[in-house]
Amino acid sequence: MTEPLLDIRRLRVYYGTPGLPVRAVDDVSLVIGEREVVGLVGESGCGKSTLGRGILGLLPEGARADGEVNLNGRNLVGLPLSALRRLRGPELGLIFQEPMTRLNPLLRIADHFQETLEQHESGLTQAEARRRSLETLGRMGIPPTRFNQYPHEFSGGMRQRIMIALALVLRPKLLVADEPTTSLDVIVEGQILALLADLKDNFGTALLLITHNLGIVAEACDRMAVMYAGKIVEEGPVRDVFREPAHPYTRELLRSTISLQTTELHSIPGSPPNLIDPPPGCRFHPRCPNAMRVCAELAPIEQRLDERRRVLCWLHGPAQRVPSGGRLPLEPEAIGMADEA
Amino acid sequence: MRPEISAQGPESHPDGLPLVSVRDLRTYYSIRGTFIDRLAGREAGIVRAVDDVSLDIRRGEVLGLVGESGSGKTTLGRTLLGLVRPTSGSIEFDGREISRLPERQWRPLRRQMQVVFQDPHASLNPAMTIEQAVGHPLQIHGLVRDREQMRLRVIEVLEHCGLAPGADFLAKYPSDLSGGQKQRAVIARAIILNPVLLVADEPVSMLDMSVRAKILELMLALKRDLELTYLYITHDLATARFFCDRIAIMYLGKIVEVGPADAIYADPKHPYTQALLRAIPEPDPERAVPRDLPRGEVPDAALPPLGCPFHPRCSRAFEPCGWESRDLRELLESRWARAAGAAGVEEEQAVVGDLGVLDRPTPEVRLAAPHGRSPAEIVALLERIRSEDPEEPFWRGIDRITAADTRVELDFHMPRQPQLERVGEVDVACHLYDAPPAAT
Repeated sequence: MTEPLLDIRRLRVYYGTPGLPVRAVDDVSLVIGEREVVGLVGESGCGKSTLGRGILGLLPEGARADGEVNLNGRNLVGLPLSALRRLRGPELGLIFQEPMTRLNPLLRIADHFQETLEQHESGLTQAEARRRSLETLGRMGIPPTRFNQYPHEFSGGMRQRIMIALALVLRPKLLVADEPTTSLDVIVEGQILALLADLKDNFGTALLLITHNLGIVAEACDRMAVMYAGKIVEEGPVRDVFREPAHPYTRELLRSTISLQTTELHSIPGSPPNLIDPPPGCRFHPRCPNAMRVCAELAPIEQRLDERRRVLCWLHGPAQRVPSGGRLPLEPEAIGMADEA
Repeated sequence: MRPEISAQGPESHPDGLPLVSVRDLRTYYSIRGTFIDRLAGREAGIVRAVDDVSLDIRRGEVLGLVGESGSGKTTLGRTLLGLVRPTSGSIEFDGREISRLPERQWRPLRRQMQVVFQDPHASLNPAMTIEQAVGHPLQIHGLVRDREQMRLRVIEVLEHCGLAPGADFLAKYPSDLSGGQKQRAVIARAIILNPVLLVADEPVSMLDMSVRAKILELMLALKRDLELTYLYITHDLATARFFCDRIAIMYLGKIVEVGPADAIYADPKHPYTQALLRAIPEPDPERAVPRDLPRGEVPDAALPPLGCPFHPRCSRAFEPCGWESRDLRELLESRWARAAGAAGVEEEQAVVGDLGVLDRPTPEVRLAAPHGRSPAEIVALLERIRSEDPEEPFWRGIDRITAADTRVELDFHMPRQPQLERVGEVDVACHLYDAPPAAT
């Protein structure tokens, strides 16, 4: 592979609290190539949204990031806000779950586009800016006849299409979409997913798609990373991971996904830990059906299964680092329903 | 496919009456319009949220009411619960007409009908402890002597709903609980009065995948233990599959398909039901995102499409489905969206002129040629569009296109409203199943 588009290395994002910090993203590395569609999955509270925001430097007051987020070879961590703002848009786009909160109700759709283009591409003529806005909107299914309408005149699905167009009109190299379809109905969700899955062909844009729904990852993504309690516990091509999930968490998430093919209901006992004081050893061990003694004591070491797959789980070694007796099954601690999600 | 639940639920009632029987129910909302509208005495219109629905909920069954936002499914649920007054029609609960009861007489009924809403965060008062929130219905209905008795009953239902030990949750506030735990508390509050009917409106939609199964299992267990009857309102046919004995599919205020769940999943009849099923993401990497989903979204219920409400989005729509002026607008706009930015679009827009005249739904269009343009130009454009995509269902709806002196006349086939008719094991409202079979 040539130089990756995005190369995250050992990124940490901590939130300050009155007591100990919340380690929302803890030593995460992830590479996204040009035109790649990568899914980031995990339960609520596993740090996936924080990772998405961390990439764009959109962290709340009181958050601290260290490590590297290299975009086209340039580290964004620690860049001053003004420099980040210049990059957001032309290099990096972001789509959120709630489109209405991101559109200004007092501005026409045309004004949103004009403002965005003026800010980032002031060299464009007015005619050129209009042509490009209409073209991008059109490819998202919004006709030119509605260019001068206000956000409230559009349905939820249309607003999400407008948000995507607003990000794409600047031709970003990478788009981060955080649960972009969660508040939409199932048919509109399917329409939007089809648009997102085609971005790489139609716009040459890479996509990081953050979702809790593995069905969406299966249908829309090339590669996937599974996040649990602030760490990426498994990563690989979607087909390989679905065929043979390496991490028990991935496997359990897959089994708990409800689809038309599901034949029995399954859930993962317990809920994700708080990230102030996560469990020692492997953070998943209290919920893991395969937990061994070593899992409660030592943090797992990342293992490569092949050149495209990695996993963070003692089941995959390294054997020489497991203390004697470490592979014996761990007595399951009773998980009270009280701790259930 | 569904987990075993007690064969048919509780024994059917001796007299065999359904628990709830809805007939010709209509719930309309009037739109207030602007202040100026009201001053001028202008009518702003009505939304037919529930439009002529007849439906039974049998004792001990789970009836799934499935549709997208704007289908009217939530309004139907709220009408059953007496939270919204119906415009007309009847609702019998346990053999008794309840749709016109005064509020005072609703109170004892509410002990028997409870509801669980989608958003557990919004359903619990953040300033009330779990004990206060869950025990509140007992106080309202004056069913407990003292605090101690209430506390014991609250602990009991909390534990029944998987919040154990219940005593540990009494003093907690909603913000101390996870999303799944909150929904358990909401369900506990709903069952504390021993209701007969539970209306569950998207109870798992806002929850993580990993939690949904737990809440569905809880609801199935409660149904078995407490002999409940459920109305399960959702847009998600995947979760409904585990849950429902029968399914009713709703679209723009009307039921378009209803029948036994097994039959609906094995052989969905209405194109809308088929689309709802096709759209569910499958955790199967061999499957790509479906590209053949219905276009657009649920239209405005204040001005529903003529004929079949689903026809503008339906790839199988044909002559009688209700073609009208707005479908022409949609055809032109989606064409211009696809080609936006390219040369020629603005020229086409100029040929057709203002599309505003198409917004009033009529089964014929009289389109005046804009100044300096001729009707023949418009006809030529339409014929060009048709030749580029003759399979587009819109053209099946056209009876004839004529260029008159100053205007173009488009006449559509006369719309017919599809009615629910029995097809195999289900009832479906779709002209595809008209007898004798119409050619498509």
